[in-house]
Amino acid sequence: MKTKRLLLAAGLAAITLGGSGCANVKPWQRGAMADYVMRSDRDPMAEGLNEHLWFSREAASGGRGVGGGGCGCN
Amino acid sequence: MNSVSLSRSLIALSIGLAAAPLLQAEGWKENSALPNLKNFGLTGSIPENLTGKVVLVDFWATWCTPCKASFPVMDELQKQYGTNGLVIVAVSVDEKKSEMEKYLKKNPVSFVTLHDSSQKLVAAADVATMPTSFLIDRTGKIRFVHTGFEGAKTKADYAKQIESLLK
Repeated sequence: MKTKRLLLAAGLAAITLGGSGCANVKPWQRGAMADYVMRSDRDPMAEGLNEHLWFSREAASGGRGVGGGGCGCN
Repeated sequence: MNSVSLSRSLIALSIGLAAAPLLQAEGWKENSALPNLKNFGLTGSIPENLTGKVVLVDFWATWCTPCKASFPVMDELQKQYGTNGLVIVAVSVDEKKSEMEKYLKKNPVSFVTLHDSSQKLVAAADVATMPTSFLIDRTGKIRFVHTGFEGAKTKADYAKQIESLLK
């Protein structure tokens, strides 16, 4: 009984510790995410190659971009 | 330490960690008082006497496109209502002050701009998104909170609310 309770408590603690280990980025700290280097299309050659692969595999192109730079503004 | 007290300690630790986010600052809400801006280590010329003025405190950053889109609107509002007692204070939360200065050099504005170098003020305000602005009445009480910038709609809301507070 004691061992079961101890295991339960240890499991609960592990889940909580794991959960609290996630970083919480505040809206005013999103400058790094909005940086140019975070853009998936920053390298035209890599973008072209990816597009070619995507087109060859899926017979479709485009539609992968989203607006904004990652700052999550508005 | 026996297993019962160890279990209790682990459960207490779990509860403590789970409750920690709830104990964070609540942020600025409507009808709460605007704190003294001088207590947050802001860089720039903080207006001396804001008492009796209608104040718009806006949090912005150079990496935030909607924030920058709101600047021409705020500039127009400052020019239109400044003589009636409106003071717009735009607080940059950029990590580097040089980025703010570079942007303002290219895009000069007529309202007050400050830099929240330690991000203490914005943390106290605990804004939910960028940009967020707080419209404060002549008694120093926060009356309206704007989250985001939606162009003409936000401009119309600002004008209506500013006019109501300037009366």
